Amino acid sequence: MKKKETTAVATAAEAALLSELRQRLEDSAQLEQLTDVVYRVVDSPLGKLLLASTGQGIVRVAFEGEEHDKVLERLSDKVGSRILRSEAKLDAAARQIHEYFNGTRRTFELPLDLRLSTDFRRRVQLELDRIGYGQTLSYAQMADRIGNPKAVRAVGSACATNPLPILLPCHRVLRTDGSLGGYLGGLEAKRQLLLLEHAQAVPAEQHLF
Amino acid sequence: MKQPFEQIVQAYGLSVLRVCRALLDEHRAQDAWSETFLSALKAYPGLDPQANIQAWLIRIAHHKAIDELRRHRGETVQADPAAGEVAVELSPETNAENHELWALVKQLPEKQRLVVAYRYLGGLGYRQISEFLGGTPEAARRAAADGINSLRKVIDISAYEGASP
Repeated sequence: MKKKETTAVATAAEAALLSELRQRLEDSAQLEQLTDVVYRVVDSPLGKLLLASTGQGIVRVAFEGEEHDKVLERLSDKVGSRILRSEAKLDAAARQIHEYFNGTRRTFELPLDLRLSTDFRRRVQLELDRIGYGQTLSYAQMADRIGNPKAVRAVGSACATNPLPILLPCHRVLRTDGSLGGYLGGLEAKRQLLLLEHAQAVPAEQHLF
Repeated sequence: MKQPFEQIVQAYGLSVLRVCRALLDEHRAQDAWSETFLSALKAYPGLDPQANIQAWLIRIAHHKAIDELRRHRGETVQADPAAGEVAVELSPETNAENHELWALVKQLPEKQRLVVAYRYLGGLGYRQISEFLGGTPEAARRAAADGINSLRKVIDISAYEGASP
């Protein structure tokens, strides 16, 4: 027997109190270390970015196009369902991302949690961190770097499934011919990131199509 | 798949708050809300994915509210008075905004107050209510009816009555 859902709407006073109570809940949950994941949404020139963190570090950065609700549901499945929004816990990440888009930051100093990646992909994704700001590599060069020159396609998948875009710069990996390849946030986002970094080999517009 | 707990807070925070406020004074109602959601957060990973979340939360809130009432007043639960008939359903939307009405609900005998709150603010069915309140669904229905009849004697509640089910 399923009851009809109540669709009551909060009055302004109730909404204000609920927001205060929610904050208190977040604080108590932090104090008792009860959360599996905390998250926050920040504005960026590429649209809204979801930042999610476990106790170990940032576990996910997601573009708007990935649908944040769906990303959170997958995190609930793979990491744990005790997920709460937290502005404070993601303060450092939000600030560094903001600085990056302002052009005042070139590297990130944040603890990362790559538990969502398999061993091989994790190896590739960590290697991304060694491509300097404004530099680009090809997928083949990346395969060389991880000592597995034949794994070009697998390197491509590892970049495509990078759970931490922007922080681990998969946007700096291009096709051998200099065209963009793919990007979870869309090719226009990849192009904008490369332009922001004044990358030497920003592919011309026609490579997009 | 379990929805992230934040969505639970967003979806059910309001009805739990209204239930707590109908049973307890403002300060203790806020404490009961906080304790309810903190307990729920702890227990959430073990909750059956098929469970009715609304009923689960109201049950936790019920235990918190009862603890508070016992601690501060030592009230006893009243036996069911004679059965009455209630033909109307109150709609949670209109009623929750009426503080006068809910102040009066607070003066009802405990069992009537609990059932009226869980039914009309928590949106639960009498079977769900009786599962944690004890007694039969029919007894819960009668307690609600008596509560509504008592309210009718003191104020005109017709303005707050919604459509029949």
